[in-house]
Amino acid sequence: MEHIYFDNSATTRVDPRVAEAMMPYFDKWYGNASSLHSFGREASEALDEARERTANAIGSKSQEIVFTSGGTESDNLAIQGVAFANRDAGDHIITSAFEHHAVLNTCRFLETQGFRVTYLPVTSVGMVDPELVKEAITKRTILVSIMTANNEIGTVQNVREIGGISHDNGLLFHTDAVQGIGKLPLEVNKDNIDLLALSAHKFHGPKGVGALFVRKGTNLRPLVYGGGQERGLRSSTENIPGIVGLGKAIELSKLELEENVARMTSVRDRIIDGTLVGVTGCRLNGHRVRRLCNNANFRFDYIDGEALVLNLDVKGFATSTGSACSARSTEASHVLKAIGIESEHARGSLRITLSKMNSMAEAEAYLETIKEVVTRLRSISPVAMLSKQEGGA
Amino acid sequence: MPYNRKVMEHFTQPRNVGEMKDADGVGKASNNVDGDLVVIYLKVKDEIIQGVSFQTFGCAAAIASSSMFTEMVKGKSIEAAQRIDKQMVAEALEGMPANKVECSILAPEAFRQAVEDYRQRKESSLRKNGVYLAKE
Repeated sequence: MEHIYFDNSATTRVDPRVAEAMMPYFDKWYGNASSLHSFGREASEALDEARERTANAIGSKSQEIVFTSGGTESDNLAIQGVAFANRDAGDHIITSAFEHHAVLNTCRFLETQGFRVTYLPVTSVGMVDPELVKEAITKRTILVSIMTANNEIGTVQNVREIGGISHDNGLLFHTDAVQGIGKLPLEVNKDNIDLLALSAHKFHGPKGVGALFVRKGTNLRPLVYGGGQERGLRSSTENIPGIVGLGKAIELSKLELEENVARMTSVRDRIIDGTLVGVTGCRLNGHRVRRLCNNANFRFDYIDGEALVLNLDVKGFATSTGSACSARSTEASHVLKAIGIESEHARGSLRITLSKMNSMAEAEAYLETIKEVVTRLRSISPVAMLSKQEGGA
Repeated sequence: MPYNRKVMEHFTQPRNVGEMKDADGVGKASNNVDGDLVVIYLKVKDEIIQGVSFQTFGCAAAIASSSMFTEMVKGKSIEAAQRIDKQMVAEALEGMPANKVECSILAPEAFRQAVEDYRQRKESSLRKNGVYLAKE
C-alpha cells in the first residue's frame, strides 16, 4: 500500500537536491572548519556559503546567523541568552500561552531563575492581540517572544506589528519561525525581528541542524562554552554536512516559495473544504484565512483523535492529533486549551500538515478515506447514538 | 505509544461491536474526566452469557480492550465473567503500553452494570408473573 505523508509540521522528507549537496561533506571534504589544511578550508568555505544562503533567505547579514542543533536550541539560545545577558536591564519577558514547548519550557525555567513571564492569552482562532502585547510591557520588560506561526493550528501572527511595538518600547523581539520558513516570505528587517529561530528539517533539510538569526548588537549569553565557534555563541565543531544541507534547503525554499505556497494552498483548501462539507460533526480549529498554507486542523464529534490517527495510518495516511490519552485522562494539547477548546471537544482533533511534495490526488484519496474512517469509528462509538436519542447535536 | 499487533488487530477489526436491540441487560461506564464511554449489551440464559456486544468512545486501547473483553466473557457464566479485570484483558492482548492499561477499565465496569441491569429486569419480570424471590 502506498503511504501518504501528511505530517510535515513534525518533519519533512529531505529534498534529493539537499541530500546530494550534503554528500561530499561526509566522504570527501570531511575536514574540521577550524583546520588550516585544504580539508579545513573546504569545510570553512562551505560554512560561509551556507551562512550566506541562510542570511539571504531571511534578509539578514551573514554575520548575524548562528548555526545550532535545531529549533529548540535556537529558541533556548535566544531566550536564555537575552535573559541572562540583560539581567541588569530587566527581568520580565512577554510570550504567548500557545508557544512551542521550546519557548514555553524555557520561559518556565527562567521563572525558576527569578525572571517573570507574562503568557498572553490567544483568541479563539489562535491570534495574539498586539494590543495585549503593548499593555503587558513594563519598565522591567526585556524581551517579547511570539511565534511566527503555530505548529498545531497554523495561525500566522502579526509578527511585523508585534515586532514594531517591541521596538517602539526599546525591547528585543524574538520569533520562533520554525513553521514559517518556506511558507511565509519572512524578512527580518521589514518584519522588525531581532532574533529568529529556524530548523532545517521542517523545510526539507536534515534533522539536527538549525539556526538563530541574531541582530547585530544584540547581547546574548551562550548556552555552551568551548572552542568559540559561531562567534563564541555556540561552541562545538560545526556540523558541516548538516549546515550545508540547511543552506541548500533554505535557498531552495526561498527560490521556490511562490510556487510551493500556491500548490500547498490549493491542496490545503481542498482538504479543508472537502472535509467540512463531506463529514458531518466536524469543525476547523484555528483561523480560516490567517493560517499556514500547509495546515489543516479539525475536530470531529464523538471520536477520539488517537483512534482517528491510528485508523488513518492503517489506511495509509500519516497524520497527527492534539489529544493524547494516557492513564485515564485525555489531555488536550496546550494549544487547543489556549484557544478555549475543552478536553471533551479536543478529543477528536486531527492535524494534517502538507509539504510541497503533496498532491491534489493525495487530497482526493484522503477525502474518500476520512469519511470511511469517521463513519467506522462513529459506528463503534455509543456517543453518536446516545446524542441522537437525546436529540443533541 | 506503539501498540502491538494484537491490539491493532482488535482495534481495526473489533469483535462484537454494536447496539443489541433485544439485550437482556445493558450497562454503561464512563470516565467523567475526558468523556470515555463504554456500553455493554448482554444476552443471558441460565446464568451463561450467550451473547455480548459493545460500543466504545475512546482511544485505540479502549476499543481494542472492549473487543477483547467481549471475546473473553462470551460463553462464560456470569460469575466467571465478573472475575475478568483490566489486567487479564491486557494480558489477553499480549500487553498494553503501561499508560494505556487504565483505558481497559471501563469494559469490565460496564459489564457489571449490565449484569446488574439483567438481574433487575429478571426480578421485575418474575414479580410481574407473581413470583417473589426470597431475600438472602
